[in-house]
Amino acid sequence: MKKKKIIDSEIEKGDFASGGEVSSKLKSLLRKLGVNNTDIRRTSIITYELEMNLIIHSEGGRLKAYIDTEQISIVSDDKGPGIEDIDRAFEAGYSTATDDIRELGFGAGMGLNNVKRFSDDLEVESELGEYTKLKAIINIEK
Amino acid sequence: MKLKEIKEHLSLKEIFEIPEKVEIDVKTACGADLMSDVLAFSNAKTMLITGLTNPQVVRTSEMIGIKIIIFVRGKTPVKETVELAKEKEILLYMTDKPMFEACGILYNLGVKPEKMVKID
Repeated sequence: MKKKKIIDSEIEKGDFASGGEVSSKLKSLLRKLGVNNTDIRRTSIITYELEMNLIIHSEGGRLKAYIDTEQISIVSDDKGPGIEDIDRAFEAGYSTATDDIRELGFGAGMGLNNVKRFSDDLEVESELGEYTKLKAIINIEK
Repeated sequence: MKLKEIKEHLSLKEIFEIPEKVEIDVKTACGADLMSDVLAFSNAKTMLITGLTNPQVVRTSEMIGIKIIIFVRGKTPVKETVELAKEKEILLYMTDKPMFEACGILYNLGVKPEKMVKID
């Protein structure tokens, strides 16, 4: 299978009501494509964490997913505000979320941690005041 | 442990139930109010015990294949949560028991946690 874009969605800042819709759509697409359950589950976790991050922390952005025979890649690309300290952002328990967000069950400081844990490869690029771009790779088990 | 037996032990009230699914065998469960804590486990499990009632609880469950959600301390979810659960066929129940007691009862009944994978 040639590399194909299967998701390309705009995610709006603060849009909790739609939170998870893109991840849910991706999950059904992967099931239709016959990807095994374990890889669907870890892709779903990664996508959902990134989708919620866009809603909670970003000024809005895009979430994209690509697939070929070997791997799935998830790309999150936002319009800011950028991550001040990338190393700290990956520390378990570190969060910049407000109390309102925590009341919704998010902002535990585990999101990026989960993304890293379930990815086979993760690239993060961020410039403060500008943007954050994350690319997570999931190798598909045959 | 079958769901129908768990219903009796925890005195569960149905919020959304598909009758034939009470035969589901519940082997593992997790109790959490933080969604990223639920997502820290990758293996499939059947049940989530939580005090959180917003629609994201159903979304989180959908992502990792949780089939049953139990709300503790008598909390009832908002309409949007129930609607989404119906769409995704995720069963919803409520117990008056607090989280610790509900989890303790389930543990004693033989429902076990999943081993968490350490991060390198």
